[in-house]
Amino acid sequence: MNIIVCVKQVIDPEAPPRSFKIDAGGTRAEMQGAPPVIDPYGEFAVEAALKVKEAAGNGKITALSLGTGLLREVVKKPLAMGADALILLEDAAFAGGDGWSTASALAAAIRKTGEYDLILCGREASDTNAGQTGPGIAAILGLPCVTLVRRIDVAGDTAKVERVTSAGYEVVEVPLPAVMTVSNEIGEPRYPTIKGIMAAKKIEPVVWKPADIGIEPSQVGASGRRLKMNRLFQPVHEGKCELASGETPEEVAANLAARLREAKIF
Amino acid sequence: MSESSGVAVYGEIADGKLLPIALEGLGIGRKLADSLGQEVAAVLAGSDVAGLAAGAFAGGADRVYVVDDPLLKDYQPDAYVSVMEKVIGQVKPRVLIMGQTDVGRDLAPRLAFRLGVPVTMDCVELAIDPASGRLLQTKPVYGGNAQAVFTSDADPQMVTIRTKAMTPLQPDNSRKGEVVKIAAGLDASTIRTKLVDRVIEDVAGIRIEDADVVVAGGRGIGGAEGFAQLEELARLLRGAVGASRPPCDNGWVPDTVQIGLTGKIIAPELYIAVAISGSSQHLSGCSGAKTIVAINKDPEANIFRQARFGVVGDWKKVLPAFTARVKELMAG
Ligand SMILES: Cc1cc2nc3c(=O)[nH]c(=O)nc-3n(C[C@H](O)[C@H](O)[C@H](O)COP(=O)(O)OP(=O)(O)OC[C@H]3O[C@@H](n4cnc5c(N)ncnc54)[C@H](O)[C@@H]3O)c2cc1C
Repeated sequence: MNIIVCVKQVIDPEAPPRSFKIDAGGTRAEMQGAPPVIDPYGEFAVEAALKVKEAAGNGKITALSLGTGLLREVVKKPLAMGADALILLEDAAFAGGDGWSTASALAAAIRKTGEYDLILCGREASDTNAGQTGPGIAAILGLPCVTLVRRIDVAGDTAKVERVTSAGYEVVEVPLPAVMTVSNEIGEPRYPTIKGIMAAKKIEPVVWKPADIGIEPSQVGASGRRLKMNRLFQPVHEGKCELASGETPEEVAANLAARLREAKIF
Repeated sequence: MSESSGVAVYGEIADGKLLPIALEGLGIGRKLADSLGQEVAAVLAGSDVAGLAAGAFAGGADRVYVVDDPLLKDYQPDAYVSVMEKVIGQVKPRVLIMGQTDVGRDLAPRLAFRLGVPVTMDCVELAIDPASGRLLQTKPVYGGNAQAVFTSDADPQMVTIRTKAMTPLQPDNSRKGEVVKIAAGLDASTIRTKLVDRVIEDVAGIRIEDADVVVAGGRGIGGAEGFAQLEELARLLRGAVGASRPPCDNGWVPDTVQIGLTGKIIAPELYIAVAISGSSQHLSGCSGAKTIVAINKDPEANIFRQARFGVVGDWKKVLPAFTARVKELMAG
């Protein structure tokens, strides 16, 4: 069972919204005072991979990350959680991509790894909120794809998968190899153990440049984009919250109720 | 590119009905087509769906393309991608609008990669740039902390739209148009994924997406017992109970009541957020509420930046007293 998990480094989406800033050039975003993290839905995908491997009793999990300025302690988290290998697509040429350039590079790298049964991505990255990388890889590699996955049961060369819907879930059967995008319903990602962290320290990531995966630098990163970003901005929100007051919590609560009634809110 | 014309709207269907998102798509599609001086086409794909064309015309379509095939009874990605690829090849729209639903999230990116064009997911604003005539695609990014405006040089310019972000037209049943049938031409052997079962986990009572009042709890509620207290207030206000993601992940409430970017997008009259910090991802799902009321013990919590009314305090003390007073006031 060879499983590839695509997971990237992002600015911390769980940092308080007030620390979010866009630079003067209007192109780069940062979370001031918060270090980068592994993308949360990518972490759910790693968790899914570990569950599948455990159920199979064997297998190899390779984490695949594309980006620039990748901090080793960040991108090694999947290893610390239990993944077996790490491939980094790290080169200036990969910077500034869109769904097309990213999926093309990841698909080329996956092809180069040779054998794979399952390719997992998060349902959407916390920065682009696009949810296109998984379906894009599937389209490029000509593989079937199931999105928004909450459970995976592999039996031989097919998988029975539960897919989240707005009213519940669907059960689908899909032949392997296949691409799946994982949702949070798969279950809380496990914490790295001390043993896992030690093991991760010893694993050297493999670093590939565009030439290593047989792709022209003009097809990746900003030059491979098909979507132009004209503007990035923070919407201004002009609201004022009226706080209820009182001597005790009970009194404050009663005052809030009275104020809402007065304003005909209920 | 020059031969492309018009705006096509994917008319998503469930349980034999056009979904509200289809009418929202037609509403904005009509606006865009009018500013281009072109037509709006609705695409209806499914089994036994021809009867829904009238609703699409009433919603703003000039022409309706119908693909009716038993193989399209349930949404199945391989079948739908292939049908939509065929339809788009024939219709050649300049703009293609789909909904950011569980179907759209799956179908739109796969269709885009098949067609060789980009797609912008979850748009909250769409307009035609008067200078270039191209579609300005505005979408939240970074969980809602920012928005970005995208354009594409290739046709169709593909987008999905966020639920409740666009306004449907007042239905006009006198509107008529041409219905064009397109054969699905599906080869069943190309359908790789197979739908085995569809499980509905709907909760009892009013659905959060339909409720005028939603009482929602966050991680700070601490367990299922706390949600029973929210339930009491919701019942009193004839509303529904919702949640941020942690209570769903922890199994305190069903996953289907999650509100936010990756949950439901709602726009009730009143949203009462209890022990919810107000992450941008959560606010993505409730900022359309007319009035937000927040109860949180942390005066710095981000929810107070969005709320109209609030209480800083421990919900365990505040909520029972609040519910009791609401009850008294409602009794007159
Ligand atoms: C890509 C992505 C998508 C996401 N999608 C969603 C989504 O759709 N919906 C969603 O909700 N989240 C989503 N999240 C998660 C989101 O980032 C936050 O982690 C989540 O919204 C936090 O939930 P919370 O406010 O309940 O918890 P917390 O942020 O932990 O806040 C708990 C709050 O409770 C308050 N509190 C604690 N005890 C008490 C008490 N006794 N009385 C009063 N107040 C108390 C605290 O002050 C705090 O403000 C997403 C994240 C990512 C990265």
